Order: sequence, then structure tokens, then C-alpha cells
Amino acid sequence: MKEQLKQEEKNKYSIIIPTYNERLNIALIIYLVFKHLRDVDFEVIVVDDGSPDGTQDIVRQLQHVYGEDRILLRARPKKLGLGTAYFHGLKYASGNFVIIMDADLSHHPKYIPSFIRKQMETGASIVTGTRYVRGGGVHGWNLMRKLTSRGANVLAQTLLWPGVSDLTGSFRLYRKSVLEDVISSCVSKGYVFQMEMIVRASRKGYHIEEVPISFVDRVFGSSKLGGSEIIEYLKGLLYLMLTT
Amino acid sequence: MKHILKIMGLLVAISAIWIGLIETSVIPRSFTWLLPVYLIVSLGCYGLLMVGVGLMLFPTCPQEAVLLQKDIREAREFLKDKGVDVGSD
Repeated sequence: MKEQLKQEEKNKYSIIIPTYNERLNIALIIYLVFKHLRDVDFEVIVVDDGSPDGTQDIVRQLQHVYGEDRILLRARPKKLGLGTAYFHGLKYASGNFVIIMDADLSHHPKYIPSFIRKQMETGASIVTGTRYVRGGGVHGWNLMRKLTSRGANVLAQTLLWPGVSDLTGSFRLYRKSVLEDVISSCVSKGYVFQMEMIVRASRKGYHIEEVPISFVDRVFGSSKLGGSEIIEYLKGLLYLMLTT
Repeated sequence: MKHILKIMGLLVAISAIWIGLIETSVIPRSFTWLLPVYLIVSLGCYGLLMVGVGLMLFPTCPQEAVLLQKDIREAREFLKDKGVDVGSD
């Protein structure tokens, strides 16, 4: 037990949150992070892509409340993509572990302690959140959405043998050195990028563990899944099949 | 080894078994010719079964939505107190 406590003292967690027009959600997310990580050494790195809705102003207000050493605002001039957002945030991360998550409240910070615990128990290099096992789950998806998600998952499992149950999830904990290694070899965009990250990590032999998470879809705002998304997904699968 | 090579290796092994079965005539020829078709159809059925079962057992968490709303109210109260702009949407 004392060994584990010593470990906790030595570990620092950098939480990278890419944002675009998340003025409302970013404040809520940061409140919840601070609420659930009281005994953890961490920092939050907000990578905002020039949001026109004033997201950065809100982050500055939050810095007054929580401290500029705990909340880092590392903005970019315009929308430059998710993968590069992580890459950008990584440059400023001072922790030895990096947690990536979405800013729209679909990922709840209360699961972060279970990521940390799982990593410490198993010594894993990557802990990824999965919505598809018991203990996890999704809310706010209609039947069609669930069908496409399940179909996409079965297809990916059959073609890629990835070793994880949730390929497109973006709520993950990485050992910083591992993230740096994997991210440099990924070229995809959007959620295919998340798939590429975990598949490449799996191919490289990194120890990957999963924890169940709940995913509440889009409290504020809306998200769509259309025909072009499906085409992108199939193209991404083919790309991953041939190049990993 | 690249993943695609593993898949091709598997396909080559299956093809070798199939050709072997044709050559040695252990099973009647007409049946052997149709084996690949049976295999693909079974694979398709298995896939559909997996999708159907997964759909039925899809884990949902309606209670999480309720908890989230509670968390949002709590967060808004705290932050409004501290002067952070959490105005209405």
C-alpha cells in the first residue's frame, strides 16, 4: 500500500482537452476534473482552435479560479485537426502520463481515477475507455446509431483483430513516451485517427488495458452520422488493414 | 509482420486445404467446389449474428444522463459563485 502511495506521489498526469466552440462545456469539464482528482498531481492543457464563441476567455476565467499552473491554455489560430491538437498539447505536457478526452461532456472526468488505478495495477502503457462492455454504456443513441456502431465494430474486429473492444473511443490514458512514439506514426484524421492510434500501439506490442466508461451523447449541441462518415470509416479500415 | 500478411497467410492456408481436398477426393468433388461459398456465407451469417446479439445486449446507461444533469447544476453553481461566466445556453 505504501509503495502505491509513493508511486502516486511521483506520477503526474497531463490532461489534454482539444476544444472548438465549447464555451459552456469546458468550464463544466474543468470543474468536474478538479472535483474528482483531489489527491492527484495533474494539469489540464486546453488546446483551443481559435473558437469564435469565446472559449478561450472562459478558460482564462477558470485560470483565475484554479491557477495558471494547473490550467494551461495552449491555443492555435484555427481548426487544425484532432491529431495535431494532441501533438501540440504534448509539447507542453509536464506529466509522465497523458490523458486525452473530449470537451463535450460525453466523457465524464469521474472515470479518470479508474484509468489511473488500472494503469497502476497492471503497469499498462495505455488504458482505453470502452463503452461496449458491461459496466460501461451509452445514452442518447437511437437504434440506427447503435446499429451502425455495432456493425462498424464487428467489421473492425473481423478485419483488424485489434485486441480492444472500443476502437473509436477517445477517452484514454497513455504513458507519455508511448503516446509520443505512437502519435508520430499516425496520419489519419478524426475518429479514424483514434483507431489508428490504438491499432498501431497494439501492433507495436504495447500493453493495453480497458476500463468501462459511460458515454452520454451531446448534452449541448448535436452530432451527426451520415453517409459520408460511413465511407470515411470504410476507407479508414482499408487503410489500417493494409498499412499496420 | 504487417497485419495484411497475416490475413493473406490465413487465406493461403485455407486455399491449400481446399485444393488438397479437391485433389485427394476425400469428399465428393461437387461438394468440395462449393465449400468456399459455404464458408463465405457462414462468415456472413456469423457477422450478422454478432451484430444482432451485440445490438440486443448493447449496454445503456440512462441513469448516467440524470447524474450528469446533477453534476452540471452543481458545477454551474460553484463556478457562478467564483465569477466564471456559465450563462444559459
